[in-house]
Amino acid sequence: MIVLTFAALTLREAARRKVLRALAVLTVVLLALSAWGFHTLVTKEFDGAQLTSGELRLIASQLLNLVMFGLSLIAALGTAFLAGPTVAGEVESGTALAILARPIRRSTVLTGKWLGLVAFGGGFIVLAGLAQFVIVYATTGYWPSDPVTGLALLAFQTAVLLTLGLLFSTLISPMASGVVAVGLFGATWIAGVVGGVGRGLGNDSVAAVGTVSQILLPTDGLWRSAMYAFQDPAALLGFGGPAVKGGFPFLSDTPITWAYLAWAVAWTALVLGLAALVLRRRDL
Amino acid sequence: MNAVWASGLRKRYRKRTAVDGVSFSVARGEVLGLLGPNGAGKTTVIKMMLGLVRPDAGEVMLLGRPVGDPQARARVGYLPELFRYQPWLSAKEVLDLHVRLAGADVPEGERRDTLALVGLADRARDRVGGFSKGMQQRLGLAVALVARPEFVVLDEPTSALDPVGRADVRDILLSLKERGVAVLLNSHLIGEVERVCDRVVILDRGRVAASGTLAELLGGRELRLRLEKVTSEAEERLRRAGPVHRDGDLFTVVDLDVDVIPDLVADLVALGVRVHSVEPGRVSLEDRLLDILGSER
Repeated sequence: MIVLTFAALTLREAARRKVLRALAVLTVVLLALSAWGFHTLVTKEFDGAQLTSGELRLIASQLLNLVMFGLSLIAALGTAFLAGPTVAGEVESGTALAILARPIRRSTVLTGKWLGLVAFGGGFIVLAGLAQFVIVYATTGYWPSDPVTGLALLAFQTAVLLTLGLLFSTLISPMASGVVAVGLFGATWIAGVVGGVGRGLGNDSVAAVGTVSQILLPTDGLWRSAMYAFQDPAALLGFGGPAVKGGFPFLSDTPITWAYLAWAVAWTALVLGLAALVLRRRDL
Repeated sequence: MNAVWASGLRKRYRKRTAVDGVSFSVARGEVLGLLGPNGAGKTTVIKMMLGLVRPDAGEVMLLGRPVGDPQARARVGYLPELFRYQPWLSAKEVLDLHVRLAGADVPEGERRDTLALVGLADRARDRVGGFSKGMQQRLGLAVALVARPEFVVLDEPTSALDPVGRADVRDILLSLKERGVAVLLNSHLIGEVERVCDRVVILDRGRVAASGTLAELLGGRELRLRLEKVTSEAEERLRRAGPVHRDGDLFTVVDLDVDVIPDLVADLVALGVRVHSVEPGRVSLEDRLLDILGSER
């Protein structure tokens, strides 16, 4: 299984890169800060009284989403900057020459690298996400409503972004492909927030900004569905108002739909296929 | 059957034509030298031959299969001009990886022998990232040789090597030749090519400027004589052996048959010429290459 050989090689490469150390440090800092924050939230008195359990669940939901966004950003940065060098870097350095002169298809190499990166990004999300859930549970007693779906969607979001990074990596330089992928990720998130505000205010044309961007690059759509799985539905119902309709960036009113999931899968397959096509035609 | 057969290869990079109608073949067991100045298109030809660069026109058959079929490369070993291997792997792991990719069944002992052949036996477990350029090139040579290739392509295999390393490469090339492995060698070291190659293809500005066996390219022998008291009869006698170039008292007779040398010397002595030295020789490949490239321009 040559595909698995390349997946394992990519995982080993990722584990040895400095990006990994940066990721680990950022994650530990974020988790430590969130532990401190959640602890303060529980013990601090607001207007002379501690938070009620309903208020606490609502705030914990939002804060958890905020920290998970931080984690997803770290995962996005990490995998995008790992995906960049993996093709473009090897072509530039000449490593690809000896490898691709072997009796293997370029698409096999690309799929293997993709699998390795997905395993890396997914593994990071699951480990760091679970650590965060445990911290929130230990400090506030809150446990996400659907942690498995949430983490799976967040891992999928990372896979979507690294697939895009891989496509850019077959076209442009290693650093540029990472920067462009992360830039688009950020732009889609902002478009999602704008769209949410539009929906909160009942302005359809502003709301369409979010919808269109979520179709073009499914990272934000998957992120909003992941948030929905992390937050407490009962607490949200009691809150009401525009925030629940999407007006607040760290609360979501949209669970994942099968149609959107199918689109995200198709999008990933299409972009990976396009990357394979570009790489196949590329002169080394 | 040929190890490689290439016909009418053409490649343009934007406005610049890199390769323009190059055809050649390497027979099984033959060592072919690829020569030419910088930018002649040698590396591009090699990359098209291995399916790394798509030709704009032309056809390549590699070990009996069209180059578009990845299996054509199953028994090919390649040392690129730009050699670089995963710096986080050890030398042994790089070889293991390439054996797996080649789909070859090479026992552990044979892999060790290949590393020993290129002088890396005691560095097998060291990370490639800590290797010098020369050691990386030696590793590249091991990678090219490890999966029992039937055809080995070496693009500037000695560019980073010291004189000892170059001699090692020459020995490896000669042993490949003995084992009947076809080799395509691109090298600027003409002496290297002259010593090991059966045939030579000279590229210039993307075209084949000349090709043939060494004997065909270098022509017959030449004879250099240092003479005194050369009369017109003696000069006439020299000219009968072959075309003569004179530089002071040094006479060079080219394209002559070596069997006539004893008679020629006896006749010159009989004509009263004082013979100081007689040196049979051959036109060097370097002179011939410069000659061919000079006449092209």
